[in-house]
Amino acid sequence: MSQATIDVDPAPKRAASAGRSSGGLRLLLSNEFGLAVLIGLALLVFSITLEGFTSPFSLFTMGRQVGIDAMIGLAMMAVIVTGGLDLSVGAIGVCCAMAFGWLVQIVGLPILGAIPITVVFGASLGFINGFTVVKSGVHSFIITLASMSVFFGVMIFLTKANAYNGLPPEVQAFGKMKFLKTISPLLLISIAISAGLATFYKLTTLGREMLAAGANPRAAELSGIRTGRVIMACHMLTGALAAVAGLMVTARTGASVPSMAGQLGQDWLLPAFLAPVLGGTLLSGGRVSVIGTLLGATFANVMTSGLLLMRVGAFWITASLGVMLLIAVLADRARRQFLKNKGMI
Amino acid sequence: MAAMASTDSGLTKAFDNDWIGPGVVSLAAAIGISVFQPAFLSSFNIFVLLSAISVNMVIALGQLVIIGLGQMNLALGSIGGLVAISFVGVIEKFGVPVPLALVLALAIGMFAGMASGYVIARTAISAFIITLAGLQIYKGINLGITEAQPFYGVPDLVKAFGNGSVLGPLPWLLVPAVLCSVSMWYLFNRMRIGRHILAMGCNPHAAELSGIDPKATIVWAHVLSGLLAAVAGVMLVAKLQIGQPTIGDDWLISSFAAPVIGGAVLSGGKVSVGGTFFGVVIIAIITQGLVIFNIDPFVVQIVLGALILWAVAINRLREVRIAKLQARGAGA
Repeated sequence: MSQATIDVDPAPKRAASAGRSSGGLRLLLSNEFGLAVLIGLALLVFSITLEGFTSPFSLFTMGRQVGIDAMIGLAMMAVIVTGGLDLSVGAIGVCCAMAFGWLVQIVGLPILGAIPITVVFGASLGFINGFTVVKSGVHSFIITLASMSVFFGVMIFLTKANAYNGLPPEVQAFGKMKFLKTISPLLLISIAISAGLATFYKLTTLGREMLAAGANPRAAELSGIRTGRVIMACHMLTGALAAVAGLMVTARTGASVPSMAGQLGQDWLLPAFLAPVLGGTLLSGGRVSVIGTLLGATFANVMTSGLLLMRVGAFWITASLGVMLLIAVLADRARRQFLKNKGMI
Repeated sequence: MAAMASTDSGLTKAFDNDWIGPGVVSLAAAIGISVFQPAFLSSFNIFVLLSAISVNMVIALGQLVIIGLGQMNLALGSIGGLVAISFVGVIEKFGVPVPLALVLALAIGMFAGMASGYVIARTAISAFIITLAGLQIYKGINLGITEAQPFYGVPDLVKAFGNGSVLGPLPWLLVPAVLCSVSMWYLFNRMRIGRHILAMGCNPHAAELSGIDPKATIVWAHVLSGLLAAVAGVMLVAKLQIGQPTIGDDWLISSFAAPVIGGAVLSGGKVSVGGTFFGVVIIAIITQGLVIFNIDPFVVQIVLGALILWAVAINRLREVRIAKLQARGAGA
């Protein structure tokens, strides 16, 4: 199992032993299973009713977008773990994409040399967030609201809002690359990074410390975890993952565009929260589901593609994604209530 | 916030005048800029400045209500945008008279706010996530209706309201802004619902135990926020003379910046209408100053972000100082 879910507070542990007999039901009621079933159903219905849904091109674009959205979702998930959030993921993603464009087009670095620098750059922007949050003791909402404005403003100031569209053709070629006519390498990268993250949260000390610090910061502090450092590490991870997402978007468009995530990078906020929340990551922290986030991004994109093929206007899809987020949190709450009533939480 | 609960103790009174700090800063900034650029004090410039302040004040008040509650409203801008295009839309497409369209527009804002408030109160899911969904839904409806094209049919009466002046450099837009500000001040300082909102923001559990209906309070706060967003949306239509679907897209940062500069505590329970006003003034003066000195307008974003951080730092220092004073008071 690569599913990285850990419940640190004692109550669920008690429930786990009490409700072991109904472990099957617990699995059936888990977010991941529910999502997998929904994705299966949606795929089945759409592929029967909608012509062109299963065409190689449709599957390719869907998979590629899943790869990007999953990355954005994982970036947010990495900081939701601490019970915080990062409104600046979009701004960091765009800043990194622009930094990559600058490094390759103006400085003339080879692509493979620019990528690690970009990721480190993203992590350092994340560090700025984390450092400020920890040292000021102010909630990450307001700090990252401010840093989103600052990061984006500096980026626009430096680039004069111009895109870098003279990138080497390999960048765009990578975005258009297909395996077996349908699979985008971007999706494969996301899956690989998800597997890495799941292992990280499950097996490494730092990963477990992140979960512990998120579940109960005081208890974590008392048990010898340097919570402040761990929270900074979470923000750095968020920055690095946002950088990867920014690079993916650059590969998809073949250029580094300042407006790729909308005003201040706000357009990334919905996918950033939708995927983890659909996947069952708790906003209060302490519990993550990497697989859930991946499935969440998949579900959102399957629905979007389906609706688009049903000729629902692109603008109405914006609204339906909001409805989806609403339904997701409501369903999650109903599920928890049910488990609670059955004494399984 | 324990430190905030006892704001009426004489010891902390001196630090409690949230509007003094920002007030001094706005005055200094205004004097500083007008020394270098006398044109800053020209009648026309003051008119432009007051128009911007009026609209931004109403936007900030819309966020202030929710901050008082200890929550946040990410959907504020998208409600304002939806109201703006609905207002012009019904006039242009259905020939609805302006007063009726206004009532309809405000009703849409209140309804949108009520919807968020009801879901938050009923489910106890974090306001952040509910209003994020709300943002997406209202924005989607906005784009679905307009297909990202503006409505141009703004009646002359409305245009005149948005660009005319009552007297000298005082724009008509100042009237709704003053009305909203005074009402909100009255609400927070003299009305039961205002106190209930702040009590919920301080400590929801204690508030509930002392007989406050938490659900009704949350819903009311969001209805008010939606109403203020709607007023701001209509004001912007009047000012821009066009029903832009993008109205509201850039409200997020400034709607938080002004209340925070004005000393509002984001965890709730403490807001200042006067402080928020000076927060709005500071932002407007700095934005104008950048324009006057021909500085890249993109710098505004950086300055706004920096202002928020600066205000947060100041608020934090004050909290620490008040806590220290209180500790000393308790010791003696």
